[in-house]
Amino acid sequence: MTKARLATVWLDGCSGCHMSLLDMDEKILEVAKVADVVYSPLVDTKDFPENVDVALVEGAVSSEDDLEKIQRIRKNSRFLVALGDCAVTGNVAAMRNLFGVRAVLDRSYRLTSVPAGSPPDQIVPRLLSRVRPLHEVVAVDLTVPGCPPSAGVIHHVVTELLAGRTPDVTDLTRFGA
Amino acid sequence: MSPKVRIKTLKIDGRDIGAREDETILQVARENGIQIPTLCHLDGLEPIGACRLCMVEVRGSSRLLPACVTRVEEGMEVTTKSPRLIRHRRMILELLFAERNHVCSVCVVNGKCELQSLAVALGMTQVRTPYRFPRFELDASHPRFVNDHNRCVLCARCVRVCDEIEGAHTWDIMGRGVNGRVITDLNEPWGESNSCTGCGKCVHVCPTGALSEKGTLREDAGKQRDFLPYLTLMREVRR
Amino acid sequence: MPIERVLAMASAQVEAESKFEHHIHVCVASGCLSSGSDRVLQALRDEVKGRGLENKVLVKGVGCLGLCAAAPLIAVFPEGTYYQAVKPEDAPEIIDSLGKAPIERLHCPTDRPFFQKQNKIVLENSGYIDPLRIEEYVARGGYQALIEVLTEMSPNAVIEQITLSGLRGRGGGGYPTGLKWTTVAKSPGTLKYIICNADEGDPGAFMDRSVLESDPHRVLEGMAIAAYAVGATRGYVYCRAEYPVAIDRLDKAIKQAKKTGLLGPNVLSTPFSFDVEVRLGAGAFVCGEETALIASIEGKQGRPRHRPPYPAESGLFGYPTLINNVETFANIAPIIRNGGAWFAEIGTRGSHGTKVFALAGKVQYTGLIEVPMGTTLHEIVYEMGGGIPDNRPCKAIQTGGPSGGCIPARFIDLPVDYESLREKGSMMGSGGMIVMDDTSDMVDVARFFMEFCVGESCGKCVPCRVGTAQMNDLLTKIIDGKATKHDIVHLEELCELLRDTSLCGLGQSAPNPVVSTLTHFRQEYLDRLVETDEEAAS
Repeated sequence: MTKARLATVWLDGCSGCHMSLLDMDEKILEVAKVADVVYSPLVDTKDFPENVDVALVEGAVSSEDDLEKIQRIRKNSRFLVALGDCAVTGNVAAMRNLFGVRAVLDRSYRLTSVPAGSPPDQIVPRLLSRVRPLHEVVAVDLTVPGCPPSAGVIHHVVTELLAGRTPDVTDLTRFGA
Repeated sequence: MSPKVRIKTLKIDGRDIGAREDETILQVARENGIQIPTLCHLDGLEPIGACRLCMVEVRGSSRLLPACVTRVEEGMEVTTKSPRLIRHRRMILELLFAERNHVCSVCVVNGKCELQSLAVALGMTQVRTPYRFPRFELDASHPRFVNDHNRCVLCARCVRVCDEIEGAHTWDIMGRGVNGRVITDLNEPWGESNSCTGCGKCVHVCPTGALSEKGTLREDAGKQRDFLPYLTLMREVRR
Repeated sequence: MPIERVLAMASAQVEAESKFEHHIHVCVASGCLSSGSDRVLQALRDEVKGRGLENKVLVKGVGCLGLCAAAPLIAVFPEGTYYQAVKPEDAPEIIDSLGKAPIERLHCPTDRPFFQKQNKIVLENSGYIDPLRIEEYVARGGYQALIEVLTEMSPNAVIEQITLSGLRGRGGGGYPTGLKWTTVAKSPGTLKYIICNADEGDPGAFMDRSVLESDPHRVLEGMAIAAYAVGATRGYVYCRAEYPVAIDRLDKAIKQAKKTGLLGPNVLSTPFSFDVEVRLGAGAFVCGEETALIASIEGKQGRPRHRPPYPAESGLFGYPTLINNVETFANIAPIIRNGGAWFAEIGTRGSHGTKVFALAGKVQYTGLIEVPMGTTLHEIVYEMGGGIPDNRPCKAIQTGGPSGGCIPARFIDLPVDYESLREKGSMMGSGGMIVMDDTSDMVDVARFFMEFCVGESCGKCVPCRVGTAQMNDLLTKIIDGKATKHDIVHLEELCELLRDTSLCGLGQSAPNPVVSTLTHFRQEYLDRLVETDEEAAS
């Protein structure tokens, strides 16, 4: 039996969803039996591969790099899960939308940094004018809210998807859970 | 209750139900364990029919009717759940989430919020409507309370409780449409309000984290919303 | 006896007017005033005085002469010659020409359909009387209906005539006026109110404003008759403060009517008492909605509330209240004078009488027209309006303002009545009519009205408050070429939501301009869509 190809992605989020993913402890071994993790912050693949069965994406779309990545992820994945509030709603990552990019960069690099610096203009990807949840940029197949969704919910979602079923998470998690 | 009140019979979701003629569809439905979602409604306050979540279908009427302000009628046949109603309720809820900045994860009432609970009740795990991200200031001038417009749904519960129950009428709504916001006195900082008695009723009836008590952690930020019916009942008796 | 005094006032006025050989009427309604007609009036008066003709030539300011496109307009009688775009310096030439051939340069022919096809009931005095003088109104039969009602008719007989006339509310909804009056009349209570809704707010509409500016007593007479019929003793005219000329003339008219004994305690020495007061609104569109209007008069925020109870049962300050629009009240006196059956003869089967329209947009002749119900759009646009400038094709006609819709030109033969307009996805509304040629962008038109609704939504109910804002954003997204077909689906869902769940008419009808353009001009939306989310994001 060929194993399913599973990817996890960390865009603009706090990595809390990945922490929660790891919180499933020994149950991750069950997952490993039926799926290969082909891309993840936890493995050493540089580029998002082709032919991914399930992609779990944490975080919102904040930078040009995020935008490029999510479009490639969408193209290469059969099933895309927006995992956690940042991916689903923008959440804390999107709170900068109230102020605008310039104000946020100024605050971080000039006003609150000693000595005052200046926002980076190379290497670091440019920020988009507006942080957006995944579904505003690409088609999303399942949304799993929560900040973060619990390990149990993530386990349920992954095992159901790998078993070929689309899970219903409405009673299991919520915004801010 | 006046002794002359008549009893009407009606059907809600196919069930035969008896009701006093001065009752609303919502009251009767809840008495009979039929759940209709509401947000602006709160037992003990004058209903205003503003959030439109409680819309129901009534046979013979092409229009949908708000259950909270529609009186029962003899022979009425009410449907509280239909694909159309469910679609509309979800959309209304989406509009509310998208209107201001309801960031549940960093909210003082996370887990005890009526807006959040509605999302669960209506099975909403995503807001497809684009978020508007308006910017609102916070009013923390009051020694004990905070007003965060970013989390306000303009249900006017604070306005009503302050006017109808406390009798201070400190709160009101200023401006129109999406630019409307609740204000204290004549748009003065809450801490400088002369009319506010500091009773805190507005904080407790607020369905979201818009009005909250300072220094409370998530666990203690629970709101007491059940005091109103007792309060009004006791006042009725005394009168 | 006050009745005799009124009749004497009328004959004295007729007599006084007959002494003049020439009458010059200068339009001093807002349209012409904004083009400087007050200076024309002064120049003509000075000229007459300078030549010592004060006893031969009467120069007076009158209400709207109709063809606003040609402002300032004046009319010279007995010839009935109209002059257009008159300047103060034309005064000597005009006085010179009296009794001679008309001045070619200024002549505005009145044999055009614009004038000929009108049937003036509401506007019968507009352009003939000085709105500031009660004598002139009375001289043209004004207040005779009130006298007749008070001396010869029972309240029920009055309502019977109104019902028989088939008059329907002219504010937009088209609710049968007789039925409304009956309901208020039957509501128990000793204190009842009459409200005249003069909160006209549709962009481009100025029918009610013109009626108030041209013939304020007509509205007061209608209100007084209504008060007698339903048993009310107090009345309010709720007028937006943006109409200073109308308010000023109305205020003066009320004072004159009180002085003459036509308003106030014991009107014309009968047991009937009726007092009228003007209340100014701050110009919120939603205050045209009756429950919001009532709240505003009560000193509360102008926000609508759930009906029932209807104002007829529990309205102003909780008392039974009759609310009608300016034009509705303006129809009352003629109906009483001529009988309900006379009125019912005019118009179509379901829509009786006439309707005043503010004809605007891409037509040769813009202005105020009063036509029988059932007149076709073709007659209005191509005959009365003189067609589209530069012979461009007509694309659509917008009626009903932000609550109405766009009727495509292929329905140009549509008769204008309540039902026909509704069938085509628009509505009568208060009488705004905007003609569009092929250069009009229908998505942009839809957004224009949606933007209006965003600004005017009171914000009480969620669907209207947030829904209009979201729809406006979606329309902008479509116009900017950043929308996909999913956005159209979303837009249509919102249309349905607002129609089904909004609290008041403003929200329920706010989707109409979008729905009607999506129905009739869908391709214009589709042409702007992009295929994928990726393109939209770029």
